[in-house]
Amino acid sequence: MMDGTPKAFDVALTMDETQPRVLDRMAQGLLGTAMDRPDGPLKVTGTAPYAAEHSVDGLATGFLVRATITRGRVAHVNVEGAMALDGVLAVFTGDPLLRNPAQGTAAEAPEQVLPEVHYLGQPIALVVAETFEQARHAAQTLDLTYDAEEGADVDPATATETETPKGKRLDQGDLAAAMEVAAHSVDTRYTTPGHSSAPMEPHASVAQWIDGRLELHGAYQMLKYNVAELADALGVDESAVRIHAPYVGGGFGSKLGIAPEAVAAAHAARELDRPVRVVLTRDQVFEMTMRRSETVQRLRLACNGEGHLTALGHEDRVSNLPDEGFAEPTAQGTHFLYGGENRFFEQTVARVHRSCAGSVRAPGEAVGMIALECAMDELAEAAGLDPIDLRLRNIPDTHPEDDLPYSERGLARCLTEGAERFGWSGRGAPASRLEGDWWVGMGVASAVRTNILGESKARVTLRPDGTALCETDMTDIGTGTYAILTQIVGEMLGLPRDRIEVALGDSDLPKSSGSGGSWGAQSCGSAVFLAAKGIRNALAEAAGVAEDDLTLKDGFATGGNTRRPLSDLITDPIVCEGHVQPGDTSDDFSIAGYGAHFAEVGVHRDTGEVRVRRMLGVFSIGRVLNHKTAVSQCHGGMIWGIGSALTEELMHDRSDGRIVNHNLAEYHVPVSLDVPQLDALLLEDTRDDEANPIQAKGIGELGISGAAGAIGNAIYNACGVRVRDFPATPDKVFPGLPDTD
Amino acid sequence: MKLTLTVNGQARSLDLDPRVTLLDALRHHLGLTGTKKGCDHGQCGACTVLVDGRRINSCLALAVSHDGDQITTIEGLGTPDAPSDLQTAFVAHDGYQCGYCTPGQIMSAEAMLSEIAEGWPSYVSQSLEANPALTDEEIAERMSGNLCRCSAYPRIREAIAAVRDARAGHAEAAE
Repeated sequence: MMDGTPKAFDVALTMDETQPRVLDRMAQGLLGTAMDRPDGPLKVTGTAPYAAEHSVDGLATGFLVRATITRGRVAHVNVEGAMALDGVLAVFTGDPLLRNPAQGTAAEAPEQVLPEVHYLGQPIALVVAETFEQARHAAQTLDLTYDAEEGADVDPATATETETPKGKRLDQGDLAAAMEVAAHSVDTRYTTPGHSSAPMEPHASVAQWIDGRLELHGAYQMLKYNVAELADALGVDESAVRIHAPYVGGGFGSKLGIAPEAVAAAHAARELDRPVRVVLTRDQVFEMTMRRSETVQRLRLACNGEGHLTALGHEDRVSNLPDEGFAEPTAQGTHFLYGGENRFFEQTVARVHRSCAGSVRAPGEAVGMIALECAMDELAEAAGLDPIDLRLRNIPDTHPEDDLPYSERGLARCLTEGAERFGWSGRGAPASRLEGDWWVGMGVASAVRTNILGESKARVTLRPDGTALCETDMTDIGTGTYAILTQIVGEMLGLPRDRIEVALGDSDLPKSSGSGGSWGAQSCGSAVFLAAKGIRNALAEAAGVAEDDLTLKDGFATGGNTRRPLSDLITDPIVCEGHVQPGDTSDDFSIAGYGAHFAEVGVHRDTGEVRVRRMLGVFSIGRVLNHKTAVSQCHGGMIWGIGSALTEELMHDRSDGRIVNHNLAEYHVPVSLDVPQLDALLLEDTRDDEANPIQAKGIGELGISGAAGAIGNAIYNACGVRVRDFPATPDKVFPGLPDTD
Repeated sequence: MKLTLTVNGQARSLDLDPRVTLLDALRHHLGLTGTKKGCDHGQCGACTVLVDGRRINSCLALAVSHDGDQITTIEGLGTPDAPSDLQTAFVAHDGYQCGYCTPGQIMSAEAMLSEIAEGWPSYVSQSLEANPALTDEEIAERMSGNLCRCSAYPRIREAIAAVRDARAGHAEAAE
């Protein structure tokens, strides 16, 4: 029996070594199951509170004003005119308003350039009024003048200022020579347009200063970074900022870094000494938050007579605003997915005056894998090989550039087991299957997503009554954090789900990695695992048995031939904080999630319209933490693949760079009728012992990687039209359709 | 302007700026934040409510134009402790992820099931005369006004299909 005051201690782990599979010897049987989300009942009844819904007395409303020039300066703002309107409280026009959001994990304020204007749509002022309607009216009629500069670069293809970022060029062997002598080769060019995250919840902040400390209810993914960014932007100490984000209505990268509405709301609340709410309009979400850069990609692939790659080149051109460090990491997955000794990579970043480019779900692989996987399809045809066979022949033994070994990698299984499940053997030659008015074909693509462990802390408290509390500043942006942390605690401490409470989304709680880059579940989950492991050790000590000999299940502890309730072992709560940090394994191994996509499409023989008829994704991600939420993440990624393959495209005005289709009517995210019932299979028996102590890898982004490539390849197989300019809208398919008369 | 809305069976008197939408009347003036604002332009369906039993985008309606109307919001269907059959099915089938579009999806589904029962055809119906069967494709078409960026569509349709079957079972048992 432990006694005395509550026990509090830390368990820390730096990932320097291969980890034992502790979770596999636990007895509760909760982890990995298809447990319903604990947050579900609140979400389906409309009672889960999102940022804009935080209720507080005396709330004023702010409305942001956007620039209507591409480049120049705000010359004059008629503040007096706006102040004369009903209900208007203030107009803010300069510092500290942001040019654009912080990039993910920036931990410092983004550019603050007012009165300069760097792109059309940039926030330039905030109007605050008593009501939303008053603020909107005053903002939309705000009288202001500009000193506009002509001739700003807005087209990435012709931009004069370009650069190759450090580390974004690799020249290994002699690619040109290898292409020359190869048995088969392709030299091909793909383009992808810009994409928008378009989360259903617009970015929103409710800011209130209480005794000199900011309490901000916001829609954010990574609170420890967001606190630093917000404090820096406002010129206050980090200790003076607290962010709450218990429910976030989707992020997909757009809520990684602090955004204009948060700084504007916080500044106005401080100046007016009353709480202020600022919510972006849908148009503003498109313009003032991150876009995924458009890409132009050149793929050069060559193989010998046996279908082994001898050359692999992936060059890309992307864009961003001046002074932004982020560049879409287009070729990220290409570096280690396939072999080939002669390799060439080079990225060019064009500086343009368009909305800021940043992370959108699976930055890099989401668009790089479209080009790579379609080019592989082209090479397979050139070599007369089945596309799956070509891929299987080119899975390298070690990393083709630095010779590192791979950790768990289920690519071959995903391809072969997926082929069997999908009925791949029924695939025919291009344009050989016409069913009614529809050409039908199948396509395949590999999926890969770099895996990252981020430093994370979490606190777990076990109470003598057999209930537990898990606390971390981690967020649940729809990914299932509430569910998986409940399951990890339950599995380790032998508790059923209803005995566990998970508190998230408060920056005062132990600092996690946050949610982004597919690292949230594994990083934060590892910290929770370590905290629970510390409690297990304490319980074992109290029971007088070795931790290995302690079985915890349904609130009972069994060990040393006795079974007793937890209340017999402890009289005071045990509190343990887990702390995980990346270490040597991420330098010593190439660690990634893998998968394979299979798509069957119909292409209308008269119009070129493409419909996805069937789709299978098979994924190898190490341990599955919750089967239900993991499959939902797979579905989400695959459907984003459908969108990027067929409908999604940010369109920019050629003269001023503005996003023309900055709304959900004209930027076409998939709707229900665009999506067939999907098949997503997880290889549940896999474990990645090098990734982290829970052997789990990210799934939030792997599902989109390659998905659009499989659809592009299916279009080719269906009708013989190779689309290299995505999305594959009917106008691009129609001209090449076979004559069926 | 003075008006009265009957919201979830309860008469609510309001004195509103005529520019206030039905959506903002619910969210900002009645504290009913279950109805979500996703676009404010009738493009996403997150703000779907029932007006006299029919689904509408409440962001496209001015509150004053609904004086005297019966409004049903997500809060009127059920509570966390006593959820409706659709609400329960959405949890069981994981017919959501972030949850932001979910109230709109559920309100839309509720109205859609009534529309089917009344024999309304859709774009994908094979006949304009015969009562349509609520196939997966019919559900998909009829729910395509409700965007879900998490893309829970397959499981939203599964949840609705489960409720369709359960209600049909109940109807059969009652006969």
